[in-house]
Amino acid sequence: MREQDPIERSRNFEEVACGYHPDDAMRESERCLMCPDQPCVSGCPVGIDIPGFIRKIGEKDLRGAYDIITETSLLPAVCGRVCPQENQCEGVCTVGESLEPVAIGRLERFVGDAAIREGWVNIPYIEANRFKVGIVGSGPAGMACAADMAKAGCEVTVFEAFHQPGGVLRYGIPDFRLPNAVIDAEIGNLRKLGVKFECNTLVGRLFTIEQMISGMGYDAVFVGVGAGYPTMLGIPGDSLNGVLSANELLTRCNLMRAKEFPNFDTPQPIGRRVAVVGAGNTAMDAMRVCLRLGAEKVYCIYRRSRKEAPARAEEVHHAEQEGVEYHWLTNPVAVIDDGQGNVRGMRCVRMELGEPDESGRRRPVQVAGSEFDFETDLIVYAIGTNANPIMGQTSKLELNKWGYIQTDNSLATSMAGVFAGGDIVTGAATVIEAMGAGRKAAASMKAYLGIRDSALPYANGGEKLFGIDLRERNFARVRVA
Amino acid sequence: MTNYEIVSREDFSDVTYLLEIRHPMMARAAKPGQFVMVMLNEQGERIPLTIADFDGEKGTITLVIQAVGKTTRQMQQECRVGTSLYALVGPMGVPSPISHARKVLCVGGGLGVAPIFPQARGYKEAGAYVIGVVGFRNKDLVFWDEKFRDCCDELIICTDDGSLGIKGLVTAGILQAIEKHPDIEEVVAIGPPIMMKGCADSTRPFKIKTMVSLNPVMVDGTGMCGGCRVRIGDQVKFACVDGPDFDGHQVDFDDLMMRLRRYTKTERKALDHWEKGCNLDKTIASSVEALIPGQALTTV
Ligand SMILES: Cc1cc2nc3c(=O)[nH]c(=O)nc-3n(C[C@H](O)[C@H](O)[C@H](O)COP(=O)(O)OP(=O)(O)OC[C@H]3O[C@@H](n4cnc5c(N)ncnc54)[C@H](O)[C@@H]3O)c2cc1C
Ligand SMILES: Cc1cc2nc3c(=O)[nH]c(=O)nc-3n(C[C@H](O)[C@H](O)[C@H](O)COP(=O)(O)OP(=O)(O)OC[C@H]3O[C@@H](n4cnc5c(N)ncnc54)[C@H](O)[C@@H]3O)c2cc1C
Ligand code: FES
Repeated sequence: MREQDPIERSRNFEEVACGYHPDDAMRESERCLMCPDQPCVSGCPVGIDIPGFIRKIGEKDLRGAYDIITETSLLPAVCGRVCPQENQCEGVCTVGESLEPVAIGRLERFVGDAAIREGWVNIPYIEANRFKVGIVGSGPAGMACAADMAKAGCEVTVFEAFHQPGGVLRYGIPDFRLPNAVIDAEIGNLRKLGVKFECNTLVGRLFTIEQMISGMGYDAVFVGVGAGYPTMLGIPGDSLNGVLSANELLTRCNLMRAKEFPNFDTPQPIGRRVAVVGAGNTAMDAMRVCLRLGAEKVYCIYRRSRKEAPARAEEVHHAEQEGVEYHWLTNPVAVIDDGQGNVRGMRCVRMELGEPDESGRRRPVQVAGSEFDFETDLIVYAIGTNANPIMGQTSKLELNKWGYIQTDNSLATSMAGVFAGGDIVTGAATVIEAMGAGRKAAASMKAYLGIRDSALPYANGGEKLFGIDLRERNFARVRVA
Repeated sequence: MTNYEIVSREDFSDVTYLLEIRHPMMARAAKPGQFVMVMLNEQGERIPLTIADFDGEKGTITLVIQAVGKTTRQMQQECRVGTSLYALVGPMGVPSPISHARKVLCVGGGLGVAPIFPQARGYKEAGAYVIGVVGFRNKDLVFWDEKFRDCCDELIICTDDGSLGIKGLVTAGILQAIEKHPDIEEVVAIGPPIMMKGCADSTRPFKIKTMVSLNPVMVDGTGMCGGCRVRIGDQVKFACVDGPDFDGHQVDFDDLMMRLRRYTKTERKALDHWEKGCNLDKTIASSVEALIPGQALTTV
């Protein structure tokens, strides 16, 4: 797949990966062996019929490929771009045992982009059932749940605290990885399903979950408010000016468009040198944003080695190409000030890998006497997030000991009719897992409301007999269309 | 798109103005001590403002704003009755715990005068004996004194130049009140950080519980960015979701004041950029006026 030149792209916000040309996609699809045991399908958190859609690409039937993907996944154009494929479908691909695995993610994106370009949506036959469903949070979890409930015939409203919907997709992941146009298209599809979006609504404070269920007439509620609350390192100098969380940096830059300051009001001065602590997706995004905002040097400080870095392999690689300087096995111990409340530098120690810890990763231990200082103007912490406290403060929902919402296997919370999923249940995870959780919660919600699960989307056209859609499995309902 | 319409406006001075905005649901939900985030337009910054009053029956909330920088000045210029804000979200923050204290001192100075009002009223409604202390630079800047008199059993007005009430800072008013009422159980103070620090310092020797409302720079107001972090004792808290009210005797005010200077340079730049735009508009307006008399006001 063609990519923008690393030096050129590190100064612009255009998308890095340009997407497949149809010929490339055809060629790539032919590499799939169509293995009978389909390891990739079990490797996918939501079980997309991967060989199925790849076969359709081979047959030049992109619409067919789109229909297959959207039977399980709501957001192909998004997930094709941001899923950690190397740990999922591509990681278990049979071709990958000896060669590069089939580029499943890129093919998925190819199909998703085609759908956006052509304006395809699979709007099933929807019969309103008069149930009212409220969704709190418009991230991938909320979007997925909203879509399924709307398809089931419910009147669905999504409440979002920010002034624009999309969750992390909007405020966190930068344009060069996930263009806003893609998110707009996906939100647009939800609107076509009849989903209503109410932005600028902080649930819990403007009204509570309890009020939604009792006074406001919602028959069921899904809570997908994400994790949020960023962790600070807790080392001396943490509160100096010039130390900030990756969430703050990214929100200022992506949602508030600090990159266009002063035409947009929100500023984000970067300075010449930036040190980003952490090596997850968030850290990679923060570093690459800083390069694009004009930083001359961007350092990545991570206490484990490259192998343990949680980011998608492609992002680690892209960031390196763009000029990020990695300092593996390095741990910050203090932020150094300039005497006026600003950051001047950072003190770190070298680490080495010791025995494996409970997560199976080798625990980094400090190398005695290895302290060293370096100069930097901005320090960004991308070391994870905790549960946002608002739901706990304002409702009686049961939380676990870390403050995340407690659910059972069906994603039901301690309150009847209230379901939860995504980062606020699992802690920070992935887009596809959040989406999967949204769909799982929707299935439970339908069971709770007594709606028969018609998981199959109806083919537009498809097998119809005397106007009756066979797949509808309900012959009492004749389709007049 | 929901429409956050400005239904009334009042100008208290050339820097302080009041906006009353329609938002029936928020008017019912708001409690003393909470704030909103406002965006004037799509390009705007999200700025936090305290809900200075709310009227559930009328369905409105009231903000009292000091024009200090780019956004607040632009709002002063553009927010007219009938116009709308691009975004308004809230009520945010943990409501002030209106306790059952029997005698309470409510102190407001500068941009804290209006925000202290709902607290004073809250305490009054809870049955407390409420003493208000409000500070202004001079008597021309005084506003809402009638409103305060309605909910305070005693009201002490302080002016820097002594043109009304007692001469001096609000801390002078605090000491006067404590002298007269040694049984004050709680103090609530809102204003610029330096003033709140002074208040906390003046009540510390008397060991009177003193709550302050912190105003660090905020972005989202939902606990997601950590930009609003403040030091309380040996802990780090996010003012937007853990506060904004904290125990004034525990707050590290120097840290707060240092962090408020975080964006001084870019704030200046934003203001200059905007003023240049305004001047350009004026230049265009006057040239249009010169060409087609009477047209300028309607076109620009
Ligand atoms: C910078 C960054 C990069 C990432 N990169 C990747 C990647 O490449 N691949 C990948 O798979 N995953 C990635 N992730 C993780 C992934 O984005 C998240 O796991 C996923 O978005 C979680 O979805 P969610 O729906 O649970 O919550 P979110 O996406 O966090 O959405 C929650 C929404 O709820 C809103 N909300 C919160 N509280 C309230 C309230 N009280 N009332 C109303 N609304 C509220 C929030 O404003 C937000 O919009 C990344 C995360 C970040 C931060
Ligand atoms: C919880 C909370 C409640 C607030 N309530 C009110 C209120 O009721 N009325 C009111 O007039 N103001 C209030 N403020 C302050 C108000 O948010 C700022 O004055 C505003 O953000 C300034 O924006 P600007 O673009 O006009 O000025 P800028 O150019 O951004 O800043 C100008 C000056 O104001 C200071 N400043 C910037 N941001 C803030 C901030 N968030 N808080 C305090 N000072 C700041 C800066 O140090 C700078 O020197 C409140 C702040 C908080 C956090
Ligand atoms: S304003 Fe972002 S966490 Fe408080």
